[in-house]
Amino acid sequence: MNKIVQWPEIGPMFRDGMTVMFGGFMGVGTPLGIVAALRESRVGQLTLIGNDTAMPDAGVGPLVASGQVSRVIVSHIGTNPTTGKKMIAGELDVDLVPQGTLIERIRCGGSGLGGVLTPTGVGTVVEEGKTKMAVGGKEYLLELPLRADIAIIKAKRADRAGNLVYERAARNFNPVIAFAADLVIVEVDELVEVGEIDPDMVMTPAALVDKIVLSQGA
Amino acid sequence: MEAKEIIARRVAQELKEGYVVNLGIGLPTMVPRFLQKGINITLQSENGFLGLGPLEGEPMPGVVNAGGVPCGLVPGAAMFDSATSFALIRGGHVDVTVLGGLQVDEEGSLANWMVPGKMVPGMGGAMDLVSGARKVIVAMEHCTKEGETRILERCNLPLTAKSRVSMVVTELAVFSISHGEFILLETAPGVSVKVVRERTGARFVVPENVGRMALGIA
Repeated sequence: MNKIVQWPEIGPMFRDGMTVMFGGFMGVGTPLGIVAALRESRVGQLTLIGNDTAMPDAGVGPLVASGQVSRVIVSHIGTNPTTGKKMIAGELDVDLVPQGTLIERIRCGGSGLGGVLTPTGVGTVVEEGKTKMAVGGKEYLLELPLRADIAIIKAKRADRAGNLVYERAARNFNPVIAFAADLVIVEVDELVEVGEIDPDMVMTPAALVDKIVLSQGA
Repeated sequence: MEAKEIIARRVAQELKEGYVVNLGIGLPTMVPRFLQKGINITLQSENGFLGLGPLEGEPMPGVVNAGGVPCGLVPGAAMFDSATSFALIRGGHVDVTVLGGLQVDEEGSLANWMVPGKMVPGMGGAMDLVSGARKVIVAMEHCTKEGETRILERCNLPLTAKSRVSMVVTELAVFSISHGEFILLETAPGVSVKVVRERTGARFVVPENVGRMALGIA
């Protein structure tokens, strides 16, 4: 099965109203080529799920700025004033989720789990509307799984089968979202032959990866 | 001595040999400068690694701190994904977290993630850090620029976590919170208990011997 695709094949994978999970922390580890392809595709009403909306010109920032996004589920928007402005103007729904809860909800969505119990948010506005449970005398919130139509991932290296290696702190959400979407698209800097990545060094197994595209300029 | 330096110097004394420490953005990042000689700690970065160090030379791809700013890695550093990072944080594997604050109250609750109608940056990893770290130190100036105390009977801003703060260090005083008691541990040189009382909204216990904040050059 050939997973390697060219850039013109990426755009047609998107459609209006999709939920997109993205890797990256302040844009580090976000697949910028795929973000650009999403912009050019002009699809709208997107829901984005990831750590943060970065800066207006970094990470997924350009998608927020272009008005293609109607909802974001993130832990932080403070570095992107455009997100805040659109939220106040009523053009964008913002669900703020504690970072550790967000990544666990995605992990649940990708691992067949019905939810997770976390102490994070107990006694704060985060608990509003949620089921609270006491386990061993301690209070927890039931946090529910998150899944997406597409996960867009940035990796340093992939083999042609789709085994992935990430670089430094660019790993962040990437290996976790690879489990939680129906279609997993990876942008890589370096493509190698099957067998060239030591099995012990694989961070995301090929079985999770559907499409691989080589970074432009890589 | 500037208020921030007084606070950073005093917080540094709380970090012991071998501790795993997470430092929030801003004032807390000043703390490592004032560590006692011979004390080795490991800094955790919520975006996915242990072994954060100062940037030396050119920025390296993918090596940024939790503020998205290029940083260094010390020998022996370890990189991981966000789920692992927050398992470390929530699972009690971080000995101390030092965070800035907007308000703290006598129940040990912290507010530091939003000001309704003014600033909604999102909680990022702060709620998980305050819920999960073994010791939570709030490092902040005692009063706002307008002169209002940040240490209250009850926080009136949305909480980051309820009853999780162990220590508050300001340029005027050090408080500890244990077993529901808010205790004045130390005052800064030249600061009387009376002054602390005037600038503090919380009720606190004054032990017979209130210590003096030691700010000697490390």
